[in-house]
Amino acid sequence: MAEPGELYPTAGALVADPIFGKLTWGVFSFLHDPIVMVTFIGTVILGAVVFGLLIYYRLLGYLWTEWFTSVDHKKIGIMYMVLATIMLIRGFSDALLMRGHQALASAGLVGYLPPHHYDQIFTAHGVIMIFFVAMPFITGFMNYVMPLQIGARDVAFPFLNNFSFWLTMSGTVLIMASLFVGEFAATGWLAYPPLSDLTYSPGVGMDYYLWSLNIAGIGTTLSGINLIVTIVKMRAPGMSWMKMPIFTWTTLCTNVLIVATFPVLTATLALLTADRYLGTAFFNTELGGSPMMYVNLIWIWGHPEVYILILPLFGIFSEIVPTFSNKRLFGYTSMVYATCVITILSYIVWLHHFFTMGAGASVNSFFGITTMIISIPTGAKIFNWLFTMYKGRIRFEVPMLWVIAFMLTFTIGGMTGVLLAIPPADYVLHNSLFLVAHFHNVIIGGVMFGIFAGITFYFPKAFGFKLDPFWGKVSVYSWFFGFIFAFAPLYILGLMGVTRRLSQFEDTAYAGYFITAAFGALLILLGIVAFIIQVAVSIRNREALRDTTGDPWGGRTLEWATTSPPPYYNFAFQPRVYERDALSHMKRIGVVTPTEGYSPIHMPRSTASGIIISGFMTVMGFALIWHIWWMAALGFFGALLYGIGHTFNYNRDYYVPADEVAAIERGTPYPGAAE
Amino acid sequence: MRMKACRSVAAVMMAFMFSGCDLVVFNASGDVAAQQGDLIIYSTVMMLLIILPVLALTIFFAVKYRESNTEASYDPDWDHSISLEVIVWCVPLAIIICLAGLTWVATHRLDPYESLPRISAETAIDENVEPMVIQVVAMDWKWVFLYPEYDIVTVNEAATIVDRPVEFQITSTTVMTAFHIPEMAGMIYAMPGMQTELNAVLNAPGRFPGQASHYNGAGFSLMNFEMEAFETEAGFEEWVETVREAAPTFDRAAAIALDVKSIDHPVEYYSGIGDGLWDRMLNLCLAEGTICMNDMMMVDALGGGGLDGLYNREMFAGICSADDPWALMKLIKPEMAARSEQLVKAIIPPIPGASPFQSLTTVE
Amino acid sequence: MTPTADIAPYGTVAGPNDFYVIDDGKDHGPHETGTILGFWLYLMSDCLIFGILFAVHAVLGQNYAAGPAPADLFDLGDILIATFALLFSSITYGFAMIAMHEGNQRLMTIWLLVTAVFGMIFLGMTLAEFSHLIHIGATPMASAFLSSFFILVGTHALHVMAGTIWLFVLLVQMQTHGLTAENKRRMMCLSLFWHFLDLIWIAVFSFVYLTGVVL
Repeated sequence: MAEPGELYPTAGALVADPIFGKLTWGVFSFLHDPIVMVTFIGTVILGAVVFGLLIYYRLLGYLWTEWFTSVDHKKIGIMYMVLATIMLIRGFSDALLMRGHQALASAGLVGYLPPHHYDQIFTAHGVIMIFFVAMPFITGFMNYVMPLQIGARDVAFPFLNNFSFWLTMSGTVLIMASLFVGEFAATGWLAYPPLSDLTYSPGVGMDYYLWSLNIAGIGTTLSGINLIVTIVKMRAPGMSWMKMPIFTWTTLCTNVLIVATFPVLTATLALLTADRYLGTAFFNTELGGSPMMYVNLIWIWGHPEVYILILPLFGIFSEIVPTFSNKRLFGYTSMVYATCVITILSYIVWLHHFFTMGAGASVNSFFGITTMIISIPTGAKIFNWLFTMYKGRIRFEVPMLWVIAFMLTFTIGGMTGVLLAIPPADYVLHNSLFLVAHFHNVIIGGVMFGIFAGITFYFPKAFGFKLDPFWGKVSVYSWFFGFIFAFAPLYILGLMGVTRRLSQFEDTAYAGYFITAAFGALLILLGIVAFIIQVAVSIRNREALRDTTGDPWGGRTLEWATTSPPPYYNFAFQPRVYERDALSHMKRIGVVTPTEGYSPIHMPRSTASGIIISGFMTVMGFALIWHIWWMAALGFFGALLYGIGHTFNYNRDYYVPADEVAAIERGTPYPGAAE
Repeated sequence: MRMKACRSVAAVMMAFMFSGCDLVVFNASGDVAAQQGDLIIYSTVMMLLIILPVLALTIFFAVKYRESNTEASYDPDWDHSISLEVIVWCVPLAIIICLAGLTWVATHRLDPYESLPRISAETAIDENVEPMVIQVVAMDWKWVFLYPEYDIVTVNEAATIVDRPVEFQITSTTVMTAFHIPEMAGMIYAMPGMQTELNAVLNAPGRFPGQASHYNGAGFSLMNFEMEAFETEAGFEEWVETVREAAPTFDRAAAIALDVKSIDHPVEYYSGIGDGLWDRMLNLCLAEGTICMNDMMMVDALGGGGLDGLYNREMFAGICSADDPWALMKLIKPEMAARSEQLVKAIIPPIPGASPFQSLTTVE
Repeated sequence: MTPTADIAPYGTVAGPNDFYVIDDGKDHGPHETGTILGFWLYLMSDCLIFGILFAVHAVLGQNYAAGPAPADLFDLGDILIATFALLFSSITYGFAMIAMHEGNQRLMTIWLLVTAVFGMIFLGMTLAEFSHLIHIGATPMASAFLSSFFILVGTHALHVMAGTIWLFVLLVQMQTHGLTAENKRRMMCLSLFWHFLDLIWIAVFSFVYLTGVVL
């Protein structure tokens, strides 16, 4: 029996100092935790090396002018991908720590994580993987690929795009700061009250959670609005709705979901923030509040979020399968309808996340059945990809291998999902490791495999050379088998009645399974390392892997109709569309891109406003977390005034002269092309 | 040679994976859990009807239509087939319709709030046997069991009799968690200020592990208990006697003392349940001077406690258990009553001789 | 962008030269037509936030925690005055829009100032109500009903405040840049925003105040 006093180590002083708020020397968690200490030293060394290299090669100015302040959707897309990759490593480190700890703890050893630390790690793992890995990856894809696919020159609101990215970055900075300064939430990734209320989580961890998600969530909503308008208003002439590529369709549906659900998250988290900061009683039962309302609200956002993550990857699979099967996509129309049906249905299933809360049998069965109905359009999609392969000529290059890995794993995940949608089955499997295995099955098998398929597929478009296939294959196989080894034991453990989020075990019967799962996690680590090696090797061998055509895979849609990498204006001449698979049509007709008759191109200017306003918001978030009120006011008014100042800038766009376009298209340098 | 090595590795793996593998979900000792386990098997089989062909087709198509196989037919413009599309939508639809029917029936049959329709597959319910009521309170981080029938309280240990239906009434005095005895029945949440219910039965004797299956803070991992099912009523009575022996009374002070954070709490016994303690734990008013949730809700239903209520909520203590809450309210706050009656009269034409809140008072 | 007439329709064979737009003399700038649609989408997302706050109020609006109910707290007369101030501000904003379309910048400025005055009257009254409630002890911390009341009405008031600040910023921009297309578009967006807040207020007035006091 432990003493109650040591159960809740509160990071930071309880009473806020006027200058430093709750900040004290004691909050620097790396000072007293060896694991965090090692991470901290590693991070500092790595950061110093990267920064030193940037200074040595005089790249800071280049990064600032060409990347950070850029409003080019392609560069923003790439920045999202880089951010997501870095956060994948962070999130995966958490996973390794948990797998290692559970393997030791279940074998009767003590393990190396005390409960309070372990609880923070699984919370951080969930939050990071969803908000700062999967979301930036898909936003990166949508940003990079979709405008090219519809033949546009940028998104509808280029500045807003840059701003959205930096807001996401702001959330990331806050959540990373929690690793070293203070602590993170120990509440589980959705932070149900009352556990997340001030009474039960008095530390700053929950405040890190709230402010990083609030700030990043605003960025996501803005980005969603931006991409919808882009698709609605900026499609190439002739590209009617039913001629849009499937990826564009899924992007549209995803962003509709984002705009229609992220405000719910914002509102819900705002209410919890009010409970913690103002002492309101939304989720305080004793004053008439309702924690069950929080659970409902958060899942009204949370379930569509799952489809926000998977739909763009369905789009990417729908691009990859026809390309590598050298064949049209089977069932385009039913694919479009399936996507739309999934979009709509995803709103009316949220209750299946808490069948065990005691709703009546009829309510539970209603939500169970609506959940099952979603599997029908999803199943139709799987069949469509299958029949696209049928009578094709399938080239098993790395992206296609990822797709096969996806189809083999995701189907199983779908099946266990439908199983969990049956309320009485959910009563026994809910919150068990079976559930954990299920959602990792769909998120790794669907989202992660899709992301890697997409990266391998679009890398030559973004950088002008393909990725090394050998290391790509190592990555596919490691991830595939790693996934099986890591999660098959969890399915079995779930059927043995083992619940999730355990850090201590009373008997050693489960050790074999947890050790197998840890081995699987190591295989996945190999997959991630292979991916990094793949990128490094490909950069070294870039001349051999160079794509000079702009169409390395035999693509079918417009993103392959321009050079690799595309010029910043994407297309010297705006394409016209007559059929689906516009590029295939062009190739069939034998279209040659004109080499003269260029006209000036209207483009937006770069701006530093996005990064500066987000910088102020980061300061504000950090100050609010630590109750440093003067600094919060500084951050808030800084962001507000700088934002107002930004609206006084009327000089936001310019024309690229026809000569410059001509020079870029011919590959000759143009004097003064720095614009 | 290589094949042989592979095969032996696979055999070792399989043996390792399933050695001592006790899939509780499929071999449950309680009828409810057993039915839930069967349901999982039926629905899995039903879904495999479509999942297995998809997996097989994926591999078959991938192999058959590989680029190097120039024998296979190639039709790059074939992208549409009404009959195939009907099949790809209708086959999943058909399976989902069957599953939906199964879901509807099973969810209603296994509704945790309904009293059990049978003891086990072989035994029908005996209408004369009342279910044993066990009141379960989740505290940080231990389980407290109240047996109103036997006037005993236990911590982190519970017991029942084989084939006797049990009705759990579940609440929490702190945060949300879930009450789960995998061998007996599926889980149900325990929430502060709320009562959830679970009807279940154990059909075999033994000691079965129970757990908190919803993360609720630092002591979560060790918030476990054991549920013992006694073969005979005599055995159970003996256990009750053991609990009663030398055990302190579970009065309000004991409950308050118990309701502090503790991890891996030892088994404790109490005999005698203090007056209305379950209601106090359910309504979050164990501590002295706190108003009970049910009193507060009654006041709210009667139109709120007015501005004085901000400073003196305790004046409404006990209003919920009064015979006529409305009359009591009129006594405590005459001006509120006058206003409410005025409003009600303005909206509903008065019925002679009837209290406007009669429906409320009769319900409570 | 819809296909123009010179493009071969679907099904007919397009020649190799029909696949690119070659100097059509039109401006394919990135934000010509999307702003209003984008702003509408933003308003809808904001509407959803209010929707959630209304839903929360529907759930918690009668949980007084044995404390005061709307009838103990609200003075419908004052609220009605505030409501009319906001409604009038919408009308005067409409007049400003008419003046803008007529190209009469001076008149537009005057109407905008009138709008701002009404907006500030509304804000002042909300502030006075809040301070009165807090003064008598009916703070947002007192009960779930008061929490949801303060957050819902407060969120609306914050929006009105943001709108008022925006209005002054826009006035300055009109003075320096005149009635340019860009400024007209901003006027249009603020107009949508202002009327949207009006609509939300009507819902607040009916659901929070009227039904709260009467029922």
